[in-house]
Amino acid sequence: MAEAILSATDLVKHYPIRGGVLRRTVGQVKAVDGVSFELYKGETLGIVGESGCGKSTLGRLLMRLEEPTSGSLIFDGVDVYKQRGRAMRKLRRDIQIVFQDPYTSLNPRKTVGDIIGEPFDIHPDVVPKQGRRRKVQELLELVGLSPEHINRYPHQFSGGQRQRIGIARGIALNPKVLICDEPVSALDVSVQAQVVNLMEKLQDELGLSYVFIAHDLSVVRHISDRVGVMYLGKMAEIGDEDEVYSRPTHPYTQALLSAVPVPDPTLRNKREQIVLQGDVPSPANPPSGCRFHTRCFKAQEKCKVDVPELILRPDGAGEHFSACHFAAPREIIETIDVSGAATPAGGWAAAEQV
Amino acid sequence: MTTTESSSVAATRGEARRQATADSVYKPKDGLLLEVDDLFVEFHTDDGVAKAINGVSFDLYQGETLAILGESGSGKSVTAQAVMGILDMPPARITGGQVRYCGQDLLTMPDEQRRKTRGPEISMVFQDALSSLNPVFPVGWQIAEMFRQHRGMNKSDAFERAIKLMQRVQIPAAKERVKAYPHQFSGGMRQRIMIAMAIALDPAVLIADEPTTALDVTVQAQIMGLLQELQEERQMGLILITHDLGVVADVADKIAVMYAGRIVERADVYDLYRQPAHPYTKGLLESIPRLDLKGQNLAAIGGLPPNLMRIPPGCAFNPRCRYAQPLCTQDRPELREVLPSREAACHFSEEVLNG
Repeated sequence: MAEAILSATDLVKHYPIRGGVLRRTVGQVKAVDGVSFELYKGETLGIVGESGCGKSTLGRLLMRLEEPTSGSLIFDGVDVYKQRGRAMRKLRRDIQIVFQDPYTSLNPRKTVGDIIGEPFDIHPDVVPKQGRRRKVQELLELVGLSPEHINRYPHQFSGGQRQRIGIARGIALNPKVLICDEPVSALDVSVQAQVVNLMEKLQDELGLSYVFIAHDLSVVRHISDRVGVMYLGKMAEIGDEDEVYSRPTHPYTQALLSAVPVPDPTLRNKREQIVLQGDVPSPANPPSGCRFHTRCFKAQEKCKVDVPELILRPDGAGEHFSACHFAAPREIIETIDVSGAATPAGGWAAAEQV
Repeated sequence: MTTTESSSVAATRGEARRQATADSVYKPKDGLLLEVDDLFVEFHTDDGVAKAINGVSFDLYQGETLAILGESGSGKSVTAQAVMGILDMPPARITGGQVRYCGQDLLTMPDEQRRKTRGPEISMVFQDALSSLNPVFPVGWQIAEMFRQHRGMNKSDAFERAIKLMQRVQIPAAKERVKAYPHQFSGGMRQRIMIAMAIALDPAVLIADEPTTALDVTVQAQIMGLLQELQEERQMGLILITHDLGVVADVADKIAVMYAGRIVERADVYDLYRQPAHPYTKGLLESIPRLDLKGQNLAAIGGLPPNLMRIPPGCAFNPRCRYAQPLCTQDRPELREVLPSREAACHFSEEVLNG
């Protein structure tokens, strides 16, 4: 594959829990606890996981909106966490972010022109002052909004349109990497598809690399080239989209995929669902050994003690990275129906039968 | 209805009497529980009148799961609130129609009588369990309130019943956690508590408004499983309000698809997914990412849902519809039978059905 544009090594982010009169640190929330991966040029890396797994913290670390507890991040040969001042500011141009909630991430008192133009105030050398308005109008057009709307305020737009404004702001400085933190989760299904299409179009036109963080597995599968599955601050499995979705070897990935309802009633009661017991444990006090062992259907004594490494493990057809002592593929029957648009069901369905 | 040994005589008698009245007043005919008939709801605001529901009709039978599917602003939650009788009036105003429960119109019922239907007859689970539970009372107290208010039970009996219910909805260590506060529970556990409250008085109709939208997929699977189990056990009529096509496919018997305050298609779940009869339904199903179409554009529905203050004349969907003809901008299509036991509100359903 192409060269890596962003490579994270052993990223760790612990948040202190303070207590007592002296506000002494009494514990650590281990939001991200040793995550490594590479993002290649022009690809989309999907990051999936349930709430509290650390995927949003990871996004903020990649932006350096949070300082890591340890670990390194190399962007284009430069160590991001070692840069300061002017050099860091220059670097920020190349890594931008689109936030989840289009309602709270846009300043309600600013016009769309001000919001999208703000990056140019901070980086004045990108576009000269006289050309800014034109540039903003070009951006609006690029994301499918009317350039005449430049003087409107965010409340005059719908959720999908606001997310387009957020995307326009994200690409204003011609970044190389765009971190998308749940960019379509707040949108309705019909509008979600429009925004996903827009993001794919922009990727082709501008040669962007995406880190696409989301909890919706089917959207992630649609847009991603590679996918990483996170659980409690660690990467459970990472590989090509096809490897992770068709031949998952980590029990958590298998459970997650089987729990997603498939939009096809004919598969009802035919899919074997792995229903996990209980909730995700607190990241302040993660289980010993493999973090998934408290909910895992394969767990054995070894899992309580040994932390499984994220290494290449066989998946039936080849091998990909998985962090499970007992990594093994399950029998999966794909239910693809290609007989025509009248039967859109099936989708990416990973129906499983034993 | 089982009564605990320690229940006082008065409470038992009170409960029995209420039970008897309830039994005599509400008897479903041939399993028909709920009939919503040509319902209209408007919201009067400073900016104008928003027509949230414009003639919605549906029936619900015992043991049946009806899914109401729609995007935000389609009127699905307002429908549920109107049935429950918990619309804020004003600004809302019910301008027409009937909601009949076992033949009796709930909308014209005296308030006091209607209040008594909420809980024992019709009950509701809300989307956001954190904001629906009272943060300053223990969860057990809140579940027990149902028994104290409606059954006139004393405190300790009601608490006993609350523990039993918490066990029924599979909350681990229910006895120890009955005095815990909502914030001490996870999202999935809070939703279980909401469900425990909703089923406390054995309602005939349960309305679940986006019950799993705020939850993770693995927890969603647990909660949907629990709801289904309870429904089968008690033969409840379940109205599931959701925007998630996947959840609907898993649990629903019948589906009503809403758009701009109207039901645009009504069908059996298998028929609807196999062969949608309304362009909007078809568009929704096509906008789901599919494996075999990876790398291609998603088939998005263009445009945006209409503003409810300015619903387009004719068919409300016509500006976004690829089947639209001049007729659609003038003449509003009524819900009609397009195939046996299938209804759609579209002038060109036959063409949609044929692809």
